[in-house]
Amino acid sequence: MSENSAYEITIGIECHVQLATKTKLFSEVDNDARGKEPNSCVSPVEYALPGMLPRLNEEAVRLATRAGLALNSNINLTSRFDRKHYFYPDSPKGYQITQMYQPIIGPGFVELPNGTKIRIEHAHLEGDAGKLTHFDTYSLVDLNRADTPLIEIVSMPDIHSKEDARDYCKELWRILTFAGVTYGDLYNGNMRFDVNISLAKKGSTELGTRAEIKNLNSFRSVEMAVEYEYHRQKKLLDNGEKIVQETRGWNDNTGKTTSQRSKEEANDYRYMPEPDIPPIHLTEEYVEAERAKLVRLPADYRAMLRVVIPEEQLEILLDHQNLVESLAELKSAYDADGIEKEITKNAIQKISNLYTSVLLAEENSSLLNDELPTTMQIRELAEMINKNELSSTSVKEVFLRFFDPNMHHKSAREIAKELNLLQENDLGALSDIVDQVLADPACAQAVADFKAGSEKVIGFLVGQVMKASKGKANPAIAQKLLREKLQ
Amino acid sequence: MKIADLHTSAVSLVKEALEKAKKYASHNIFISLNEDEALKKAAEIDQKIQNGEKVGRLAGVPYALKDNFLSKQGNTTAASKILSNLRSPIDSTTVAKLEAEGAIMIGRTNLDAFAHGSSTENSFFGPTHNAKDFERVAGGSSGGSAAAVALDIVPFATGTDTGGSIRQPASFNGVYGLKPTYGTISRYGVVAMASSTDVIGFFTQNPEDLDLLMSITSGQDEKDLTSLPDYYNETVVEAGAKKRIGVIKDFDNENVAPEIREGLKSQIEKLKADGHEIVELSMPVLKYALAVYYVVVPAEVASNLSRYDGIRYGYRSSEVHNIEEVFGLSRNDGFMPENKRRIMIGNFVLSSGFYDAYYLKAQKVRTLIIKAYAEAFEKCDYILTPVSPSPAFKLGEKVNDPVAMYLEDVMSVPINLAGLPSLAIPVNRDKDELPVGLQLIGPRRSDKNLLQFTKENFV
Repeated sequence: MSENSAYEITIGIECHVQLATKTKLFSEVDNDARGKEPNSCVSPVEYALPGMLPRLNEEAVRLATRAGLALNSNINLTSRFDRKHYFYPDSPKGYQITQMYQPIIGPGFVELPNGTKIRIEHAHLEGDAGKLTHFDTYSLVDLNRADTPLIEIVSMPDIHSKEDARDYCKELWRILTFAGVTYGDLYNGNMRFDVNISLAKKGSTELGTRAEIKNLNSFRSVEMAVEYEYHRQKKLLDNGEKIVQETRGWNDNTGKTTSQRSKEEANDYRYMPEPDIPPIHLTEEYVEAERAKLVRLPADYRAMLRVVIPEEQLEILLDHQNLVESLAELKSAYDADGIEKEITKNAIQKISNLYTSVLLAEENSSLLNDELPTTMQIRELAEMINKNELSSTSVKEVFLRFFDPNMHHKSAREIAKELNLLQENDLGALSDIVDQVLADPACAQAVADFKAGSEKVIGFLVGQVMKASKGKANPAIAQKLLREKLQ
Repeated sequence: MKIADLHTSAVSLVKEALEKAKKYASHNIFISLNEDEALKKAAEIDQKIQNGEKVGRLAGVPYALKDNFLSKQGNTTAASKILSNLRSPIDSTTVAKLEAEGAIMIGRTNLDAFAHGSSTENSFFGPTHNAKDFERVAGGSSGGSAAAVALDIVPFATGTDTGGSIRQPASFNGVYGLKPTYGTISRYGVVAMASSTDVIGFFTQNPEDLDLLMSITSGQDEKDLTSLPDYYNETVVEAGAKKRIGVIKDFDNENVAPEIREGLKSQIEKLKADGHEIVELSMPVLKYALAVYYVVVPAEVASNLSRYDGIRYGYRSSEVHNIEEVFGLSRNDGFMPENKRRIMIGNFVLSSGFYDAYYLKAQKVRTLIIKAYAEAFEKCDYILTPVSPSPAFKLGEKVNDPVAMYLEDVMSVPINLAGLPSLAIPVNRDKDELPVGLQLIGPRRSDKNLLQFTKENFV
């Protein structure tokens, strides 16, 4: 995908998102099948006993509405369901209930971290399929996932690089998990991506023939599949061959896509309006009430924190809603008190550095799920850091104690006092210690060397002060005092 | 005999019904009898009565269940091979409501498989014979239920009506058959034929019993999103009202048998004499109703029958080598020819490239039909028409001519497309000839007064 290639790549992405509802889309059955026996989260509605009729999960409609708002989309006040027919053992009704003609979510957009806007064509509500496991001579059907509520988000073909493809998927994940629309557990298939890829001669006004890579379930596989398809299609085009419109599968182990089904073999889904579910009618008031309930989304955090946190670090933090939310709260607290910009920036950076260096370190990953310290706790900690009241190791020590069940309710200062970590910044007290050190015969040689011009012995002398103060001295102040007294 | 007048014990009522069912076994009315369970339930009810406990409004009343209603008692077959071994874990809402009032199901009645047909000849279990003439069809698809009431085996039976399946067999056998307003009774637990026109209704020997059954089974069901809030029990009864009765002149033609035209005429005279006004209606759009019906309904049929795939329940062919054959052969063996015909029509009209020309167009004409009825009901209160163009025909007479069979429904299907209530009324059942029924059609939600008017003017 080099800059000087003769081809431009065009990518459109369909993303299936499982909604975080308690029950299924069309029945009262438990929607959370994690760790449960196959076919245990299934009612006669899901296994399609004759005479069963769908009910409609209102929570799914609410989450879809919320998703639409988070995607900057129009919410269609009237939407309808349709039946999409195909025979497969994972589809007990012989059709999927989806929204072909009047989806709930209209056009919108997602803005990538680099500022590129990817337009959303629409997004619709539908039921998920069951799961098949194939063996040599038979296959097993598990309907636990059948009719789990999904929204399918269909992008416009606005993506032109593997990086943007990856970032788009990641941004969707962030937006929808922040908004509480989905649990976003990629490993368990909460979000799955179908990526449509085509190549056209640079400058061409027409798109090339596309291949659709189905069922990608990680950002990395999206990026890799795009890369692989680019080279596969480029090679074909370079050789004067044609691209076949087809569905392809991605193999994580081989890093290749393989043909699954050509256009000719594609199903005729015989779409039909779903006669068992009346149209969904929403009101403006309903939509506005949902809008009012929207939490901060990645774009909001960028707007708030860009001025105080370097972009690269902010993007890393944005993978964790609780971290950026905590920093945003801290920022709001400073802003509310009219604190000077530089002081605010300094304080927030101290905390964001702690978050990235401590909480995002492998050995502390479990802490990420714990309750974070309060704004008051971290604000005090930031101020203590700025006043040099804690050594850098003590900062980490105090910070980690915020996660200690015995101390998490205490303030930074209380913790520092209790652990005897407060630095000696008192000039009078420190001055006495410095005098002691300088008078110590063991230091006489060092004092002489310094006076003779040896700069490096100052480190030794600071070390002696630290030792004499049992580590509580502020090393910077100690050095300053030493220099003054030795002049 | 009305349900309210039944005073013997539940056990003797059920025993008597079962004996009669066996006596008429050659009519092939029942697919299965529910003997043991029914007698057990009857004994329980008698015990309750003896103990002075409260019992329901249908305590000990035996009834026949069309075999497309799910019930935990016995198999639900829909008269098909593909469901011949289906045991339901749940009761349909109608069954649950009837049994909560103490009704006792004595057997499941025959129908055209999946309710596809107008003669009960498309049953995997063989045809049902007409209650009044053994050589003739019982009508369909609810032929078994109509014959069971006509032969006085049970005081009432359940039915479903997608295009005439209650009214036409009621008319052929000389009993009352009510097709309520669409959505009045929950469809939950009833094997779906065409979701947008299917309704649940009943066969009885008098309108009073229909009223009782409607008051029990009407009402919104959270398990059926298309069900209506209970308007039936809220309806203010218009006793002794003089009404404007519409007659559709488009239906008065030589395709309608003379005895039916005569029956209608004499009824009109009687109504006139009783002080009602007769209004002549022209509804030319109704000539498209049959065509619309045979596009919309097969589309929904094809869709609703997709779940019968041999995977989770029901018949599965043993000759299969791969998944396509599991679907294809199981469905090929499991469905009757008429089922397959409708699946093919339905899939054709829904297929890409034909959808707009057939399905969408048909839905537009359907809207015109709904509008035509709405306009008609500005000019009149009820509409009186024949149920079908002819009385019961001979067994085998039309079975190989699907179009002739479809024409049976020409006067019944428009009502389903519009979702209106319609009551089949036997008008000459005391004469020594084939029964002939008329249907009295009302605006949506006029069901209760439709019955009231019938009690006052037709009985």
